[in-house]
Amino acid sequence: MATIRFTVNGKASSVDTEPERPLLEVLREDLGLTGTKYGCGEGQCGACTVLLDNKATVSCVTPVRAVEGRRIVTIEGLAEGGRLHAVQQAFLDEGAMQCGYCTPGMILQTVALLQLHPKPTDAQVVDGLNGNLCRCAGYHRILAAVGRAAASTGASTGTSTGKGGGQ
Amino acid sequence: MNRREFIEIAGTGLLIVATAPLSDAQRGGGAGAGTLETRLHVGEDGFLTILSGKIEEGQGALTELAMAAAEELRVPLDRVRMVMGDTNLTPNDGGTSGSGTTPRTVPLVRRAAAAAHDLLLAAASRQFGVDAARLEVRDGAVQFAGKRYSYGDLARSPELAAAYKDALPAGTVVTPAKDWHLLGKPQVRLDGRDLVTGAHRFPSDIVRPGMLYGRVLRAPAYGATLAGVDLSAAQKMPGVTAVRDGGFVGCAARTTFAVRKALEAVSATAQWNRVEQPSSDDLYVYLKQHAGQQGRPSSQERGSVEKGLAEAQRRLKASYQVAYVQHAPMEPRAAVAEWQDGRLTVWTGTSNPGSVRQQLAETFGVAPDRVRVIVPHFGGGFGGKHTGEAAVEAARLAKEAGRPVAVHWTRAEEFMWAYFRPAALIEVEAGLDAGHSISAWDFTNYNSGASALDPPYRIPNARVRFVGSEAPLRQGSYRVLAATANNFAREAFTDELAEAAGKDPLEFRLAHLDNERIRNVLNAAAERFGWAERRKKRRAGTGIGLACGTEKNSVVAACCEVEVAGGVPRIVEVVQAFECGAILNPANLRAQVEGAIMMGSGPALREEVLFKDGKLTNARFSAYRVPRFRDVPKLEVILLDRKDLEPAGAGETPIIAIAPAIANAVFDATGKRVRSMPMRTLRA
Ligand code: FES
Ligand code: FES
Repeated sequence: MATIRFTVNGKASSVDTEPERPLLEVLREDLGLTGTKYGCGEGQCGACTVLLDNKATVSCVTPVRAVEGRRIVTIEGLAEGGRLHAVQQAFLDEGAMQCGYCTPGMILQTVALLQLHPKPTDAQVVDGLNGNLCRCAGYHRILAAVGRAAASTGASTGTSTGKGGGQ
Repeated sequence: MNRREFIEIAGTGLLIVATAPLSDAQRGGGAGAGTLETRLHVGEDGFLTILSGKIEEGQGALTELAMAAAEELRVPLDRVRMVMGDTNLTPNDGGTSGSGTTPRTVPLVRRAAAAAHDLLLAAASRQFGVDAARLEVRDGAVQFAGKRYSYGDLARSPELAAAYKDALPAGTVVTPAKDWHLLGKPQVRLDGRDLVTGAHRFPSDIVRPGMLYGRVLRAPAYGATLAGVDLSAAQKMPGVTAVRDGGFVGCAARTTFAVRKALEAVSATAQWNRVEQPSSDDLYVYLKQHAGQQGRPSSQERGSVEKGLAEAQRRLKASYQVAYVQHAPMEPRAAVAEWQDGRLTVWTGTSNPGSVRQQLAETFGVAPDRVRVIVPHFGGGFGGKHTGEAAVEAARLAKEAGRPVAVHWTRAEEFMWAYFRPAALIEVEAGLDAGHSISAWDFTNYNSGASALDPPYRIPNARVRFVGSEAPLRQGSYRVLAATANNFAREAFTDELAEAAGKDPLEFRLAHLDNERIRNVLNAAAERFGWAERRKKRRAGTGIGLACGTEKNSVVAACCEVEVAGGVPRIVEVVQAFECGAILNPANLRAQVEGAIMMGSGPALREEVLFKDGKLTNARFSAYRVPRFRDVPKLEVILLDRKDLEPAGAGETPIIAIAPAIANAVFDATGKRVRSMPMRTLRA
């Protein structure tokens, strides 16, 4: 057992746990942040994507000891004061979800992508999102949402990642 | 509490204010329209709650049912709340499968909502002393001479309480499609906000006080039986419950991590008796060898195939193979079970809450009315979650542990222990007459099923057969059942016949098609794709193909272009036309059609379950390759709206055209026929 301290969605957290536990399980089971999903456990589907110091990271293969002292943003931390992040809004407006189970991971991956490439080319979008699976295969709606988000964030704050995201 | 009941639906946090007790709501039954109270609750706050035993798994039923109700009630969509898939609250609408919600449940909801609307109008007419014909409901209220009478007012009237108990009036008239205000217009999903914020609780997100995480010991191979196991090491771990009940062995602990450790300890001591199992290497030989051993073959014939073939000018013959595939929904099976005073409540992702309740009742020897199954909107099923494995496992562990237990299947478990889409071997022979028409057709599906077995083409002598086999894997439903396999073989073979007849594939099909609806989608897709012009202009390394089909009272046609540069072909462009009668929600329909095309491209190109010695050898996403962003082609979907036809479901049929269209395009590019799904012959 060890005490691991990190910041989640802007709040300081401390958990006493086996340090090799996957971050995904600590977020879901110890901190009640169930918006981060399990899809494969082998880093192949992106359902468990979180932002770790602003970088999209698959939390299922990240041991919790690796996040000591670092900043994490999960899907629950993206909206600010009830106002959706531009990427969330774009997914909603484009109807870019069927079952919605891949949606949190897709949204966080898109946030990370747009930080890197505020005006991404088609190839950059495909490269950026290729690690995220949607078994409902709603890829066309998701691509439309990414395009819409790029257009809207480009016009406003650019690289906001919500509270705790930092710059 | 008297007339008013507050019911919290745990897990979703939704609060319903109902004007009548809901205790016997489940008596509605799937057979008829039932009473108003089983279907609809009018709140004194003016909100209307619609109840349906159907479930939401991403197909859009929730939004569609709410739209149907709001349309008939003449209220804005945000006045309607949906409660679905809860055996204590919702009427039994049967399982959610077979594209059945649109043709069967939507009409029931429309009738109930229209009946409530008529009640409001009649009550207002008496209130105001004005003939009902002169009044209309707008935004949930009737206004007359400065006075207002609304659904909220109706909820307080004894009249409604009485009407609630009656069977729905037979004469209720619903709004015809041409007069729709809300239905027929694009509507994004109503439950979308909770999905983008992560607030929605999927079955695997449900947490109950004191809940443990459970896991079940799986056999190392199919058919293996447990010879012995030692639970003591696991039982010594703090907070761990370990249980054996015959062949069932499972553990529960405070975290997933702890239960994994406990199960590893148990697993290390387990001894198994194994039996020989077939391998995917010999799959099609196996299916043929064991043909006819399961059930009686079904066969339909018109004309005489024997005579037709004997008299044909040309005869062609081919056989097709369709591999086992797994649904692999993003959310693996999950359930939480909680026992309280001999009552069992289970939250799980299943399309059949009613039959899962029955299964739980039988397994644990309790009366069905002591079991409640709640189905939160779950993470995809595609026909693969008709069963309740995780529900039974969680209930067993919860009973032993004396606390609520969650069972979340791993991806590896979902690959290996969920049922599969059946593999198929299809044999077909046909004859062409002197006029280049198909004069005889003999088509047999081994093992996978009889859906869409009948060719839509005008053929005087045709026989179609389905012959069951002994399945080497556990198999079950998958989006549109065997229609994908049968359509693949038929449409690929039809292209071979067109070539033998020296005809263009489009013209050849049209020459055999009487079905106006299929002709329309075929023509629409071909025109938008530029089929005729693109047939003339050839590009090296690319090819074009088309296919059509019908199932579940809807029709589809696809044209596509592929690029073949060794290895797996790349889909460059798809144009697909689809028609399912009057469209209820074009936004959702488009999403379903686009998703079906992409999902269908997986088994066409790459997906295949491989097995040997009772084990899957590719039970993970890194080895079982499903469609990804990199595979996304240029795509255009044409939706034909037939306001004159009853709406048909659309979650399935749009998947059947893409595989044969790809196969035919690959032939166009390479001159080599593709006769398997996935396209094995082309693999590097
Ligand atoms: S669950 Fe982490 S990548 Fe799939
Ligand atoms: S919306 Fe279902 S997995 Fe993406």
